[in-house]
Amino acid sequence: MATQQTQLLARTLLTPAVALLFIWMIVPLALTIYFATLHYNLLDPGSESFVGLENFRYFLTDPAFLASLQNTLVLVGSVLAITIILGVPLALLLDQQVVGLSIVRLMVIAPFFVMPTVSALVWKNLLMHPVSGLFAWIAHLFGLPAIDWFNDAPLFSVILIISWQWLPFATLILLTALQSLDEEQKEAAEMDGASAISTFIYITLPHLARPITVVILIETIFLLTVFAEIFVTTGGGPGLQTTNIAFLIYSQALIQYDVGSASAGGLVAVVLANIVAFFLVRIVGRNLEA
Amino acid sequence: MGQITLQGVQKSFGPVHIIKGADLEIADGSFVVFVGPSGCGKTTLLRLIAGLEDVTGGAILIDGRNVVDVPPAKRGLSMVFQSYALYPHMSVRGNIAFGLKMAGIARDEINRKVEAAAATLNLTPYLERKPRELSGGQRQRVAIGRAIVREPKAFLFDEPLSNLDAALRVQMRLEVTRLQKQLGTTAIYVTHDQVEAMTMADKIVVLNGGKIEQYGSPLELYEKPANLFVAGFIGSPKMNFVTGELAKQQGATTIGVRPEHLKVERDGQGGWRGTVSVAEHLGSDTFLYVDAGPQGMLTARYIGELDLHPGDQVSLIPDPARIHRFDDSGKSIRA
Amino acid sequence: MARMVTTRNKVISTAAAWLVGFLIFFPILWMVLASFKTELEAFAIPPSFLFFHWTTENYVTVQERSDYFHHALNSIVIAGGSTLIAMLIAIPAAWSMAFSPTKRTKDVLLWMLSTKMMPPVGVLVPIYLIFRSVGLLDTRAGLIFILCLGNLPIVIWMLFTYFKEIPKDILEAARMDGATIGRELIYVLTPMAVPGLASTLLLNLILAWNEAFWTLNLSTLEAAPLTVFIASYSSPEGLFWAKLSAASTLAIAPILVLGWFSQRQLVRGLTFGAVK
Repeated sequence: MATQQTQLLARTLLTPAVALLFIWMIVPLALTIYFATLHYNLLDPGSESFVGLENFRYFLTDPAFLASLQNTLVLVGSVLAITIILGVPLALLLDQQVVGLSIVRLMVIAPFFVMPTVSALVWKNLLMHPVSGLFAWIAHLFGLPAIDWFNDAPLFSVILIISWQWLPFATLILLTALQSLDEEQKEAAEMDGASAISTFIYITLPHLARPITVVILIETIFLLTVFAEIFVTTGGGPGLQTTNIAFLIYSQALIQYDVGSASAGGLVAVVLANIVAFFLVRIVGRNLEA
Repeated sequence: MGQITLQGVQKSFGPVHIIKGADLEIADGSFVVFVGPSGCGKTTLLRLIAGLEDVTGGAILIDGRNVVDVPPAKRGLSMVFQSYALYPHMSVRGNIAFGLKMAGIARDEINRKVEAAAATLNLTPYLERKPRELSGGQRQRVAIGRAIVREPKAFLFDEPLSNLDAALRVQMRLEVTRLQKQLGTTAIYVTHDQVEAMTMADKIVVLNGGKIEQYGSPLELYEKPANLFVAGFIGSPKMNFVTGELAKQQGATTIGVRPEHLKVERDGQGGWRGTVSVAEHLGSDTFLYVDAGPQGMLTARYIGELDLHPGDQVSLIPDPARIHRFDDSGKSIRA
Repeated sequence: MARMVTTRNKVISTAAAWLVGFLIFFPILWMVLASFKTELEAFAIPPSFLFFHWTTENYVTVQERSDYFHHALNSIVIAGGSTLIAMLIAIPAAWSMAFSPTKRTKDVLLWMLSTKMMPPVGVLVPIYLIFRSVGLLDTRAGLIFILCLGNLPIVIWMLFTYFKEIPKDILEAARMDGATIGRELIYVLTPMAVPGLASTLLLNLILAWNEAFWTLNLSTLEAAPLTVFIASYSSPEGLFWAKLSAASTLAIAPILVLGWFSQRQLVRGLTFGAVK
C-alpha cells in the first residue's frame, strides 16, 4: 500500500539480496547434481565420465551409508529427546521467582555461545578423559571403574556433548514462550480449582506445544549436519561408530577425493533436510500472517 | 489559499472498490468533516488527498491544480495521524522542526516558527523533551504543532482524538476548532464520532460503502437528511423508523421521528401507545425505550426528569412538522 | 500482578535454579580454571579446584608458540566482514519488504529462509572445487563470502521483523513533512531501527565467529580462524590441557560477553519470529 514510485524503489532494493541468494542456492546445487552423475576422483584427474545413477547406487548400498544414516537418526533423536525432556522443567524452574535470576540465566545460556570445537575438546579431555578427566575421578570417588567414554560409548559421548550445547537453546525458547503465557489464564485456572499439576497439563503444556515444535524443527536442521564435534573428538570412529551423513560425505570428498560419490551423498542430505524444512517453513509462514 | 476539489475520485485495491467515485468541493478556510461507519472509506479518501495512496481514477485539484501525480510532500498539505506518528528519537522541537528542516529553511527562522507554534499550543516548557516523556494530550499537541508550523494549504486530520480519554477529547475538540478558525486554514477531519462531526464541522461529508451519501452543514443533515442512512447515522439517540400502515398513511415506505420529537404523555389517549421497557434517568434528560407493539421499539427523549418506570403505559405523540418520510429506495421525500 | 509466593518456595526454587545453572556452566568454569594451572596440575588426579598454583604462563605460551593473534585476527576479520557485508545487502531488502510489501513478499521471505535450511554438506563438493580453482581456498575473502551468504537469510529475517515493528504512520508523517526517500532513511528510519540493527549485528557476529563447518573445510593455516586453531589441539600426541584451555578461554570470552548482551534478541533471531 503505497504509491507506485515507492514500490518501484522497493523492488530495486530487494533485487541484490534475491539475486545473490538465488545464485547461492542454484549454482552449487546444480553442480552437485552434475557431479553426482560423474565418475570423478581428484586423485585420478582426467578420468571423468558420465555414469548416470551409478554413484547413487554405490552410495546408498554402501554399508557405511546405512551405518551413518542410523548414527545420524540416533544422534538427532537422542539430542532432541534430551534437550526437550530437560529443557521443559528447566524453563519452568527459571520461570519461578528465583533470586539472582539474571545470573542463573547467563550461566544456563553460556554453552550455546561456545564454539563447537572448544566444547568438544573441553569435554573430550578435561571431563571425559579415561585417566585424568574429572568424570573418571568422580567415578573413582564412588568406587566405580572409570569409563573410557570415547571407546566404550563413542556415539553416546558425542550425543552428550551436543546435548550440552543445545540444551540452552531449547530452554531459552521455552522460557520465552512461558513468559508470554498470560498470568491471568493461570489465575483463572486457579479460581476454577485446578491443582498445580492440572494447570501444567491443561494450560501450560498446550501453550508450549508450538514452541516445542519449533525447537524440534530448528534443532533437527542443525543436528542433521553436525560436523565439528565429530571432527575433533572421534574422527568418525572407532570404525564407523560415530560417522554421521555429514561426516561420511566429508570423508569421501576431502579424504578419499571421490567427488561423484560425495555429491550423491550431498543430495541425500539435501533431501533429508528438505523434509524437515517443509514443516518448519509452513509453521513460520502461518505465523507470518498472524 | 486552500481550495480542494475532488472530481470522480476512485480507488480500488485489486478487485475491491473502496471509493466508488467521489465529487466534492471544499471551500478555502472551511472545516470539513468526513464521517461514516468503519470501513466506509473515509480514511482512504483522506489518504488519497494526502497523496499517501495513488488514485485509481478521477482528479484531485488543490487551488485548481490537479495533484494526482504530485508526491505528498509537494502538495502543501500537512497531516495529523491517529497514532500521532511522532518521531520517537527526536525532541518536541525536533519533531515540529522536521518539516521545515526538510524544506531547507534557515535555522533562525525555523527556531522562530517552532517557538511560535509551541507558544500557541502551550508546549514551550516541553520543547526539549522526547515524545515518550509526554502525556497523551501533549503528544497530540505536538502532532498538531508539526502540522501548523509548515503553514500548509490545508490540514488533514485522521481520527486525531480517538486515543484520548473522554474529558480530554472534549477539550481538544474545542482547541482544534479554535485554532483552525484563528489560522483560517482549510481543514479536513476524519472521524467515526458523529458528535465530533456535528460540533466541529462547517460542513459534513457522510460516507457509506465508498460513496458520499450527503454533503452539507451539520444542521442541514439533522433537519433534512437525504436518505435513511444519513437520518439514522446523524443524531443521538438514533432516529426511530416506522414502516407499514402508519407510513403508508403519510404516503411513504418508511417514516422517521427523532426521539426528541416524540411528546411523552402518561396514560394518554392519542399517538402511539406502548409500555416502558427501560427508563434511563440522567437528570438533565430522560430516555425511554418503549415497546409500542406494531410500531416496534421506540426511543423517546424528554428534556428534564420524568417519573416513569418499566411497565408504565405511555403514549408517544410525534411532532407532525418533524416527521421524515422516505420512499422505496430510502430517499427522502420532500413536500 | 505479582503472585504471593511463600518464602519457602522461593528458597527452594532459588537453590534449585542456582544448582542447575552451576552444573550447566561448570564445563566452562572448569576450562577457565585449567587455563590458570600448570600443565602438570591440569592433568593431576585428584584435581585441585581452587588451591593450585595460579599462573598466567599458558596465555603467554599460547601466543608465543602458536601465533594466537594471527588466528584471532582472522576470526575478527571474517566474522566482522561477513556480518557487515550481509547487513549492507540485507538492510535495503528488509526495508523494501517491510514497508512496501506485495502479495509475493511472504513467499520471498519463506524462500530466503529455505535457503538457510540447505545443509552445507550438500554443497561442500562444488564449493570446495570452485574455491580451489579460483584460489579462494584458505583465504579470508573466501570465508567472508561464504559466511556472508550463509547468514544473509537470517540477517534479512531479523531486520524484517524489527522493521515491521516501526509504525508505518511515522514514515508517512516524514513523507508528508517533505522528506525524500533518502532523508527518510537517514533521519527517521535509521535512528528508530538502531536497536534492531545492533542486535542483528551482534547475533550474526556470534554465529559467524562460531561457524565450524566451512571454516574447518575451507581453511587450514593462512586464513584459519579460531575454530580451526582450536581444532588443531585435537591431535592426540600433545596433551597440553592448560594451553588448550587458555586458547579456548580467549576464543570464547569475547563472544560470551556479546552473547550475554544479546540474549533477549537471540530467540527472535533463531526462531525466525516463530516464538515471541
